[in-house]
Amino acid sequence: MKHLHLMLLSLTIALFITSPQPVLSSEISDQPAYGDALITGSIGEPSVLIPMLAGDSASHDVAGLVFNGLVKYDTDLSIIGDLAESWDISQDGLVITFHLRKDVKWTDGVEFTAEDVMFGYKTIINEKTPTPYKEDYLQVKKAEVLDRYTFRVTYEKPFAPALSSWGNLVVLPKHLLEGKDITKSDLVRNPIGMGPYILKKWTSGQDVTLGPNKNYFEGRPYINEYVYKIIPDPATMFLELQAGGIDMMGLTPIQYTKQTNTTFFKENFQKFRYPVFSYTYMGFNLKHPWFKDMRVRQAIAYAIDKDELVDVVLFGLGSPATGPYVPNTWAYNPNVKKYDYDLTRAKQLLKEAGWEDTDGDGWLEKGGKKFEFSVLSNMGNRSREQTATIIQYRLKKIGIKMNIRVLEWSTFINEFIDKRRFETVILGWSIGIDPDQYDIWHSSKTREKEFNFVSFNNKEVDALLETGRRTFDMEKRKKAYYRIQEILADEVPYIFLYVPDATPIVSSRFKGIKPATIGISYNLPKWHVPKNLQKHMMEQ
Amino acid sequence: MITYLAKRFFEMIPTLFGITLVSFLILQLAPGKPTDVLTEMNPKITPEARERLEKLYGLDKPMMVQYGMWLKRVVKLDFGNSFSTDRRPVLEKIWDTKQALIDRRLFITFFINLLSMILIFIVAIPIGISSATHQHSLFDKITTVFVFIGFAMPTFWFALLLMMLFGIHLDWLPISGFKSMNYESLTLSGQIWDRTRHLILPVFISAFGGLAGVSRYMRGSMLEVIRQDYITTARAKGLSETAVIYKHALRNALLTIITLLGLSVPGLIGGSVIFENIFGIPGMGQLFYMGVMTRDYPLVMGILTIGAMLTLLGNLLADIGYMIADPRIRAK
Repeated sequence: MKHLHLMLLSLTIALFITSPQPVLSSEISDQPAYGDALITGSIGEPSVLIPMLAGDSASHDVAGLVFNGLVKYDTDLSIIGDLAESWDISQDGLVITFHLRKDVKWTDGVEFTAEDVMFGYKTIINEKTPTPYKEDYLQVKKAEVLDRYTFRVTYEKPFAPALSSWGNLVVLPKHLLEGKDITKSDLVRNPIGMGPYILKKWTSGQDVTLGPNKNYFEGRPYINEYVYKIIPDPATMFLELQAGGIDMMGLTPIQYTKQTNTTFFKENFQKFRYPVFSYTYMGFNLKHPWFKDMRVRQAIAYAIDKDELVDVVLFGLGSPATGPYVPNTWAYNPNVKKYDYDLTRAKQLLKEAGWEDTDGDGWLEKGGKKFEFSVLSNMGNRSREQTATIIQYRLKKIGIKMNIRVLEWSTFINEFIDKRRFETVILGWSIGIDPDQYDIWHSSKTREKEFNFVSFNNKEVDALLETGRRTFDMEKRKKAYYRIQEILADEVPYIFLYVPDATPIVSSRFKGIKPATIGISYNLPKWHVPKNLQKHMMEQ
Repeated sequence: MITYLAKRFFEMIPTLFGITLVSFLILQLAPGKPTDVLTEMNPKITPEARERLEKLYGLDKPMMVQYGMWLKRVVKLDFGNSFSTDRRPVLEKIWDTKQALIDRRLFITFFINLLSMILIFIVAIPIGISSATHQHSLFDKITTVFVFIGFAMPTFWFALLLMMLFGIHLDWLPISGFKSMNYESLTLSGQIWDRTRHLILPVFISAFGGLAGVSRYMRGSMLEVIRQDYITTARAKGLSETAVIYKHALRNALLTIITLLGLSVPGLIGGSVIFENIFGIPGMGQLFYMGVMTRDYPLVMGILTIGAMLTLLGNLLADIGYMIADPRIRAK
């Protein structure tokens, strides 16, 4: 899940962060100037620049600057208009009507209209379009173009995540793509969008260069060139950063805490830190006779020191998790049962469940069987392996023997997760910005290849998940998700371990960066370099 | 001689066929599928959607049928379309005719390997000769230690050290990539100089590890040759030492090196995967690595086939070289 984890994460974020936020008055002293280039390092190369066809984060990063959606996420993760000026949702939550902006043109000069959205929608639900993002749009019963600037969709059932799905996945230039096979179109590598940047040059294996869209509807971006430089080796990338070859990259915890703590870095760079939309957890196979008992799961939760995991595994760059949401987002419930490190409580719970060290060998037994189980994780993810080792050490203190098995990713998923051949696992989820987690917790989602592989089954949670996704009323949704988190905390199907932080570094000549819950790159078009600090001179 | 060459050439065809079959099977046996990137652990993907995607890529057919389909296209020199989301033809990825020659992946890899091979021979052959003619001397011992350090040192680590020294502390050379950001605005000579600067470290790194093998073989075969009777005869004739070594001994000693040349092609291609990734050089090795990571079957197969062809070609060239150097083979 290593790659996927990161990929889905930046993907969910990239989908909606495509356009700038208004500059606050306090920032005006920075005197924005046009010009200069921002060179960012990336391990992977984009492969397609049409958002609905892309599966990797590099493609979404770049395509996100070329295409906008009807809606996007604001800095506090609420949904605001982008290409849609406003929208109405019918009383019963079944019909959404989008009112589009009238001043938007594709970069080839053709006007953007509701027909383009309709075309995008029809393309994404088309059988022949190889896209992993179909599902949300298959829920749509009817889509209509009411007039040039009005687009309406009708759903079978109210579907709360529906609104956010109208991001940049479904906006395509109809006049360029109609009647063509989208996968073979020139636009795949040479997209025409309406976003803040235009593709200027793409040299395979080396870099992708974007230039400013001078007619961008929210104002021309300040930085004149955005270069996405491909450097496959992370160590090389860090050297390039020091040598001035790139201006921006994501740091590893050790680079963030140790290697960039020199005067050189303090003078020339600015570091940022914010929670990533993902978490790492230890999941129990709830069908296993030992782990069926809630007391056993709670005991193990008490025996794990989450702060220690954050300090050691993440070098302190993260926070302990209490549920499946990121702290400080609207769905996150801070007041759920927390399992602070407490060995006495853990031992007591195990005793209640019948586990005791009867023969005095230091390990617990029940019915003559020693408490010994294995935890599975995937190869190549060092932080998960380290987490497992620390938990192993902690569980030994309460007399439980945990063995660690690290497996190659595909084998792990196909042979163990899908066939339910595991006792416990250490894995991670990247989470979408919308709090709907129906696929992970609903008791109907336990078939092979589905995602409730721990077999969690709770009628109240099932009902709450339905409520949460079937209403647009934020208060009702919040209440439902708060309650779900309480139940998950009490029943412990997963032990939620930690939420890691993203730690990007940017050259200090770039001004106007305003970190928010959503990250830093959401207002990229508003970043700027004061005239006297500009490094790359070029024609405007 | 022509018949011999023709025979050798036709022998290559079944070999190539065998190589592709084995590569294809191994690739299919590796866990994971090309569609995993899009589908694994993605809650938005239903089992039905996964099947649809697999069908789209033709992965639902039996393995041998897939190989047959692949082979049918390859005999027409069509390597198919890549499985990555861009669906570009494999051949276009490896040899993009829209790009300048110097920016085509196969050319980059070939060019760097050629340069490093030339460097290896220029350095290793004299080292080998001197070590042999001055056997057990201080020079012999020092070069032995030196080339073995080069052989034993992990490439990626040594590359990083050199990058730190020349790229950051001394600031003489660029750290990665194959051209500078301002490349387009440079004059022709400026462009050539820019490429050269980018090539120095990668070529040095890829040559450094190869010095040991070639110089030791050279030393060994030279030692063997100079003990032969005809060398004693040459010396007895009163020829100068230079003429004895470089005219009479070297020619026979080089035979081993010619064999080595043919055999070194696969190693060089393998080495490209490593140094192209470290230095961010957009060659075939880097493309191969990305292809393997995403299980892009057509791309990996395409590169393996081209690699196999180059290897076989290398062997053929070695045979020809042998014939030129050794009259006994020519006579057969």
